[in-house]
Amino acid sequence: MTVYLPIAELSVNIFIILGMGAAVGFLSGMFGVGGGFLITPLLIFYNIPPIVAVATGANQVVASSMSGALSHFRRGTLDVKLGTVLLFGGLAGATVGIWIFALLRRVGQLDLVISLLYVVLLGTVGTLMLLESIRAMRRSATNQPVSLRRPGQHNWVHRLPLKMRFKKSKIYLSVIPVIGLGFCIGILTSVMGVGGGFIMVPAMIYLLRIPTNVVVGTSLFQIIFVTAYTTVVQATTNYSVDIVLAFILMVAGVIGAQYGVRVGQKLRGEQLRALLALLVLAVGARLAVDLVVTPDDVYSVISEGVYR
Amino acid sequence: MRALASLLLLIVSLVSPAAAQEDRPAEAPEKLEIGISTDEIAISSDFRGADLTIFGAIEGYDPALLAQRKYDIVVALEGPKDNNTVRIKERVFGIWVNRRSMTFELVPESYSLSSTRDVETIADPAVLNGVGVGIQHIRLTPVGFVGDGSNLTEFRDAFRRLKESGGFYQRDPGGVQFISASLFKATVKLPANVPNGTHIVRAHLFRDGVFISEKALPLRVMKTGIEQMISTAAYDHSLAYGAFSVFLAALTGWLASVVFRKD
Repeated sequence: MTVYLPIAELSVNIFIILGMGAAVGFLSGMFGVGGGFLITPLLIFYNIPPIVAVATGANQVVASSMSGALSHFRRGTLDVKLGTVLLFGGLAGATVGIWIFALLRRVGQLDLVISLLYVVLLGTVGTLMLLESIRAMRRSATNQPVSLRRPGQHNWVHRLPLKMRFKKSKIYLSVIPVIGLGFCIGILTSVMGVGGGFIMVPAMIYLLRIPTNVVVGTSLFQIIFVTAYTTVVQATTNYSVDIVLAFILMVAGVIGAQYGVRVGQKLRGEQLRALLALLVLAVGARLAVDLVVTPDDVYSVISEGVYR
Repeated sequence: MRALASLLLLIVSLVSPAAAQEDRPAEAPEKLEIGISTDEIAISSDFRGADLTIFGAIEGYDPALLAQRKYDIVVALEGPKDNNTVRIKERVFGIWVNRRSMTFELVPESYSLSSTRDVETIADPAVLNGVGVGIQHIRLTPVGFVGDGSNLTEFRDAFRRLKESGGFYQRDPGGVQFISASLFKATVKLPANVPNGTHIVRAHLFRDGVFISEKALPLRVMKTGIEQMISTAAYDHSLAYGAFSVFLAALTGWLASVVFRKD
């Protein structure tokens, strides 16, 4: 059964899109990630124009982060104050990101930059995760005690001015690194169509030393608003949000996520992380191949859409 | 003020036909008349392409020339015009990167050509270039072009090839048939991915390789159906569309968290 995507302007098999959404939703539930960094490359592989894939990916992340953030809110593992400070940086970053996106589109380098960013990001994150999980597996094999760095330790981040007290997280922290982190992730949201949780969560834990229990909920909270903002701005500046595509993806995604969570609870953490790392590396490698292999046609033609 | 404007308009309309006649052979008595059954086509979203028939007649023809088949007719259906950019990828440090590009000014998004015989054999390339008829002769003017023009041909050829392979540009030599002495029928194709907007049916009359006259009619193509409604909303009411997309996502997320709540 095919369905016509009005913005991407092509017909696709609805079951492939449903399968894609369910698979990514399953993985995101299993690993506790948003899934935007997988959905956007998958859509590009399926010949959806990168500009549509990025904007639609951001829209889909609104749904998955919404359902995640709500359950964290009920459990009380969400720091609204910290999330709001992050959000200020995130919205500013997303605005800059949209500007970069439009500029790249104008000079015809958008597709290339999206692919390159994904290759670099997925390659780095995948490699780091794989190394970390292998170390953890070795440790548990030799029965060594897990030596986590003490959360009370301070680094340069904690000497910055403009400190603020975050009661829920039980920390006293400068707002500068928080806004800065939100800003960087905001740029990634609008240029790559990701929520950015897979970078934000480690950065909050290791860099800002925020207690682990509130990190995921808080990052999801701010991701909702940054991706929502990005969706609206993409829709008004680039006309590239495909609501049909996004809706199929999000319905399949939220259902897939529920089953992913159940499976994830039965598997062991380090094995789970190693699996995700391999998957991330595979997607990155596939994108890298496309950049290097000689294209079928070196020429391309696009209509400016000015007189539409 | 209005009176002055209409007076000016009157003068212009009186003067311009005379001016136009000067650069054409004034002695040509032949004229072309064409007609289509409708000036508006509504296309549903499952449209897979169709033929459009145009009827026409040559008026004031020379029967002797007609008998010798010296008259040729070329009918083109030109889509809405827009600037088009052609880009070429080159290898930079092992990666394929868009390097050089050229933007052509206001070229039709689609172009379907129908003629009594192969356009290239009807008239000299110079004549066809002057009229701008035929896929090889459409005006492709680069925007802000400075250079020696050495790669102009390269980009023009690439543009035509991509448009033809994409099904946007089509030609049908033999698509124009005479049904009586001077009455003809032309079939042009609407491609499956026909662009929305005002298309122009343009008929050209050639006599023995000489361009005689031209007649044009507008044809509005409107896509209908739910997909088109969505696409119209996305372009014309983009803020509301974006807000609705977010609302839909938030609703889906909220519903999921309620339905799958573990209590």
